[in-house]
Amino acid sequence: MKGLLYLILAAPCAWGQTPLQDAPPAAAARPNPLPENERSRTAGAKLFARECAACHGSNREGIGRALPLDRPEVYQAPPGAIFWVLRNGHVTRGMPSFAHLPEPQRWQIVAFLRSVPKLH
Amino acid sequence: MTGNHSTPTNFRRWGWLAAAAVLFLPSCRAGEGPYFVTYSHQTEEPGNLELTTKNITGKPADGNRFGATAVELEYGVTAWWTSELYLDGQVTGGESTLFTGYRWENRFRLLPREHWINPMLYVEFENINGADKTLLEVVGHDGAADLTGPNADARLEKKREIEAKLILGSYFKGWTIAENFIAEKNVHHAPFEFGYAAGLSRPLALAARPERCNFCLENFQAGVEVYGGLSTHQDFGFSDTSHYVAPVAAWTLASGTTFKISPSFGITDSSAGFLLRFGVTYEIAQFGRTVHNLLRGGRP
Repeated sequence: MKGLLYLILAAPCAWGQTPLQDAPPAAAARPNPLPENERSRTAGAKLFARECAACHGSNREGIGRALPLDRPEVYQAPPGAIFWVLRNGHVTRGMPSFAHLPEPQRWQIVAFLRSVPKLH
Repeated sequence: MTGNHSTPTNFRRWGWLAAAAVLFLPSCRAGEGPYFVTYSHQTEEPGNLELTTKNITGKPADGNRFGATAVELEYGVTAWWTSELYLDGQVTGGESTLFTGYRWENRFRLLPREHWINPMLYVEFENINGADKTLLEVVGHDGAADLTGPNADARLEKKREIEAKLILGSYFKGWTIAENFIAEKNVHHAPFEFGYAAGLSRPLALAARPERCNFCLENFQAGVEVYGGLSTHQDFGFSDTSHYVAPVAAWTLASGTTFKISPSFGITDSSAGFLLRFGVTYEIAQFGRTVHNLLRGGRP
């Protein structure tokens, strides 16, 4: 019981400030098993609009505490690192886990996020 | 005095704000899978409000046909805390229609990251009466006999209960696997009652199609859930308890609205023979932020 309590209380301290940098090297090194082509990016854009845009903005600009995703740190990040953040979320900063999405859908979102945003 | 004059105005203002929030806010994909009784460890996104109706109909062997509805308002307080309010009611053929009470539940994610098995703590206070037939969980010796009493008598029984669940959830190759262990205690003198629920479900397609669509396979989920009572702490076990097996299916429209259906089959003598569950879920994205902005006089 003490161990569990410690884990809950210590987790926010142990967790760094940049979710992408928190990804373990082995997880960050995972390649996207889907081809990052137009089809994957379009499907990822549809999923992003449904799952992510309410918090991160429809143009990935970020709203409030939700970080902007139209940044080189994101679209140049290793696909495995983005996938790791989608799976685990960052609950202490308000981002829930999206592990309920099937893996292929999360990789489609990764493909979309790694594309350079189009200017409007 | 000022407060008395301003109260109706405040109610009207809140009503308009709520209506405006519903109209102006974008919707997003709703639902936590196709289950009606079993909880997975998925939490609501912070600030989102999910509106759900969970309906059930059946005809006990020795009673009249009934229909019951639980209206559920689920709000994501934080990424690790989801809070819900249920409002229950029922109608029984040849008898009456009545409001049977409310439930307030909170779910807390216990670990910050995903693991093979993910625990979640669920705590609920319910203030319902004996005529409640929503069957949102089955515990103790709950059974078909509870569905046959006349409403006029059953409504006199007060059930103020604390319920705790340990929710264990896993995702494996597209499958959602969830197990719930339930303990319930009437706040007055009564034994602890126990129950369980478990579910297994999967979308019909794992990858999304690029086009917006209503009938893509990814929008359909199918599975099965089992649930039942485990008696009390005095006689823990399966004796004289009811158990159900229920195939479940869900269909999510491109707009985010989800429809669910589940025929439930009782598998013990104490169970109701057949129950049909169905429901609709609609999720309002960032409801909390919009209401906050409206209250501050800004744009939704």
